[in-house]
Amino acid sequence: MQFMASKQPENSLLGPESDSQRTLYPYVTGTSVVALKYKDGILMAADMGGSYGSTLRYKSVERMKPIGKHSLLGASGEISDFQEILHYLDELILYDNMWDDGNSLGPKEVHNYLTRVMYNRRNKFNPLWNSLVLGGVKNGQKYLGTVSMIGVNFEDNHVATGFGNHLARPILRQEWHENLSFEDGVRLLEKCMRVLLYRDRSAINKLQIAKITEEGSTISQPYSLKTYWEFSAFANPAQGAVGS
Amino acid sequence: MSNSVIEVPPKGGFSFDLCKRNEMLAKKGLNPPSFRKTGTTIVGLIFQDGVILGADTRATEGPIVCDKNCEKIHYMAPNIYCCGAGTAADTEAVTDMVSSQLQLHRYHTGRESRVVTALTLLKKHLFNYQGYVSAALVLGGVDVTGPHLHTIYPHGSTDTLPFATMGSGSLAAMAVFESKYKEGLTRNEGIELVTEAICSGIFNDLGSGSNVDVCVITKAGKEYLRNHLQPNPRTYTSSKGYSFPKKTGVGKSCLLLQFTDKRFQPVHDLTIGVELGARMISIDDKPVGLQIWDTAGQESFRPITRSYYRGALLVGL
Repeated sequence: MQFMASKQPENSLLGPESDSQRTLYPYVTGTSVVALKYKDGILMAADMGGSYGSTLRYKSVERMKPIGKHSLLGASGEISDFQEILHYLDELILYDNMWDDGNSLGPKEVHNYLTRVMYNRRNKFNPLWNSLVLGGVKNGQKYLGTVSMIGVNFEDNHVATGFGNHLARPILRQEWHENLSFEDGVRLLEKCMRVLLYRDRSAINKLQIAKITEEGSTISQPYSLKTYWEFSAFANPAQGAVGS
Repeated sequence: MSNSVIEVPPKGGFSFDLCKRNEMLAKKGLNPPSFRKTGTTIVGLIFQDGVILGADTRATEGPIVCDKNCEKIHYMAPNIYCCGAGTAADTEAVTDMVSSQLQLHRYHTGRESRVVTALTLLKKHLFNYQGYVSAALVLGGVDVTGPHLHTIYPHGSTDTLPFATMGSGSLAAMAVFESKYKEGLTRNEGIELVTEAICSGIFNDLGSGSNVDVCVITKAGKEYLRNHLQPNPRTYTSSKGYSFPKKTGVGKSCLLLQFTDKRFQPVHDLTIGVELGARMISIDDKPVGLQIWDTAGQESFRPITRSYYRGALLVGL
């Protein structure tokens, strides 16, 4: 019986056996992350759902983590790749601390590092299947940026990943302004998260809001948003068109 | 036994005979031309007195905007209007067809058309064509039973909703509706909300753009506000118009005549090609002969006059 090695087309640029090593599709995914700059720093929100295809498998996934003293990272996409990124960043921060030179990596530096990592992985056809949001404050300077799985990166006053781009960004473009207070910022984020909850099938009603300022970062306890279902039209939808 | 082929008249609907051929051509790299689509943001909402429909006005053909100000709110009946997204030809044809059917039905019954009738006729037609008639519609109107708003998808399914959005800009518009809609809106609040939703689509979606059309339907009648808002005017237009520098009739031949002959002729013929004038002047007590070429200003003489610039010591502009 002939042993069949895994077949690759002759003109493939990839090395042998490499298919089994590359990320081809995501498995456990998180949905959108939304973030904005406010008066004292950055506010970021993400729900706590981890979907396994169309099943809502995990309901307590923390998709936002503090990085070093000055940054906050939020991720959507493959959860295992997010954990891998946290591992890389851990090492990065550790080595930075070991210099013990009084300086620490700020959000701009971490964002740059992530951009290089993501872009290089995509060039090797083995991407980290995430869309990342990186926000932070250092020396009074607020910074908010995003990196996608193919390495597209930019910074802006408000960013979102995934569905958030289509549903939350329009609201933020209308209603964001410089020097939002903390309460206004949270209210605006909750408005966006509520629309996402209504219209994104992989969103769940359990979210965390994280804030980072010069003093440091805090991630709130999970809580849920109030939703409204009492439209009279919902009570009897086919009232005017019986049988439709 | 004769092998007779019975001629059966073709039944209605699409004939899928050429599908295999198209598939083969597509594999070889020949892609069919793109349809004129209406990219689009279309919305509808129910307010306290009736229904308000809204739409943007951009029609796209692939990446190009082929119509900057098209009409996407179609007439169905005096009390029923329908916004269309998807392939422009499909939405126009299907709404036209059902509008005619409704008219005939009105003649037959002697009554005002009902929204549910339009709904049923549209969904029947679309389901029959299994989604190939690419029309996604927002149907709204007011009849004896009250105000109604429905969405109809290309495959024939329908929804009855208090607020609805369709088209490529539907998510941007829905974000506005989901955060701001409430029941019992007044007419002005409703128009403002619809305009805001369409603007959200116009500025956040590439398939939508240009102006906002609004249609308000109540028991009393309809109000079609064509180009209710024009948030994309042409910038930098001069109210005085533009004038480009003249190259003919500015006085070149006159100037030459004055310089060489010391006379003025008020009426000149148009200079053909190039004319030569000569004059002697003295510079530093040395006599210098000037050879002056008067070139024609007309565009048509450009290739001729161009050759005279070579080797010129001086050019007068």
